[in-house]
Amino acid sequence: MTLVLLTLGGIGATYVWRAVGVIFATKITTDSPVFLWVTVVSYAMLGGLIARMIVMPIGPLIEVSLTVRLLSFATGLAGFFLTGKRIFPGVIIGVGLFISLQYFYPDI
Amino acid sequence: MIVDPREVSRLACRDAISFPAFTLLFSMIGFGSLVHQSDLPLLMAVALTAGIWGLPGQLTLVEMHVAGASLFFVVLGVALANARFLPMVVSFMPLMPSRSSNRASRFVLAQMLSINSWAAGLRRFPDITPELRRRYYVLFGVICMGSGVLGTVIGFVTVKLVPHEIALGLIFMNPLFFAVLLAGVTSRSAVTALLVGAPLGLFFHVIVPDLDLLLTGAVGGTLAFLIDRRRRSKVL
Repeated sequence: MTLVLLTLGGIGATYVWRAVGVIFATKITTDSPVFLWVTVVSYAMLGGLIARMIVMPIGPLIEVSLTVRLLSFATGLAGFFLTGKRIFPGVIIGVGLFISLQYFYPDI
Repeated sequence: MIVDPREVSRLACRDAISFPAFTLLFSMIGFGSLVHQSDLPLLMAVALTAGIWGLPGQLTLVEMHVAGASLFFVVLGVALANARFLPMVVSFMPLMPSRSSNRASRFVLAQMLSINSWAAGLRRFPDITPELRRRYYVLFGVICMGSGVLGTVIGFVTVKLVPHEIALGLIFMNPLFFAVLLAGVTSRSAVTALLVGAPLGLFFHVIVPDLDLLLTGAVGGTLAFLIDRRRRSKVL
C-alpha cells in the first residue's frame, strides 16, 4: 500500500509541473520576452542539474569517486567536440572510460 | 519548410531511433536494475518510468525511499527534482500550436515531454510547418517512452547478468548524454544559460539543497536573460 501511494505521489508530484506549464503556456506567445526568459530558465536549470548529477550525485553514482566522474565527463565532452559535435562518439567515449576506470583502477 | 506528413513521420522516427531511444533504453536499464536492487517490484519500476518520465526524479524517489524518508518528503523531493518541467513545458507548448477545440490534448502531450523531445523539438520545429509539429513530437515521444519502458523491464529482469560497474556506467550515461545533447545548441542565450546554471546549481545545492534547482532556474535564467539582452542592445 505504501508503495502504491509512493508511486502515485511521485507521478503526481511531477505531473503538477507539467499541467501548470500547459496552463501558463496558453497565455504566452513565442515572440514575447517572457517566452525567451522561460527558455533560458530551462537551460539554466538543466545546466545546474547536469553539474549536480556529476559533482554531487544523488543515488548509486556516489560510490564512484569524483575524479572518475569528472574525468569521464570531461573526456566525453571532448570526444563530442573533437568528432565534430557528434553525440554517439562523445557518449561512448565518456561511458567507456567511466566503466574501464572502475574495472582497472578501482582505487582512484 | 517541411509540409509533407510522411516526411515528418520519417524524420521523427529517424531522429528518435538514431540516438535518444538507445540512450533511454540504456539509462532505464540502469534504473530498472537499481529498483530491483532496492527490493521494489517490477510494476512499480515501470509505473515510475512511464509516470514520472524524468530520471532525476525517479532516482530521487528510489533513493529517498531506501534511505527511509517519509512519504511526504519523498514526494516533495521528487517534485523539487523535477521542477524543470514547468519552464520546459511553458517554453515548448507554444511552438506546437493547436486548434482551440484541441486544448485538452495538451495535458496528455505534456506527459511525453522529456529533455530529449524538448531538445529535438527546439532543433527541428523551425523546419517543420506548425500544423505537423505535433505529429513529429508524438511519434518521437512514443518511440522514446517505449524504449524507456522496455529498458526498465530489461534492467529489472537482467539485474544479475549486468555487472555492477556497467550498471553504474549506464546511470552515468544519462547526465553525460544530457550534456552533449545541450552542448550542441548554437543559440548564444542558451549557451550562456547553461554555463551560468552549472556553477549556480552546485552553489545552491550546497547552500539550500532542497530548492537548488528552482533557485538555479530563477537566478541563473534571469542572469542569462539579462546578459543576452545587454548583448543584443549593444549589437543594435
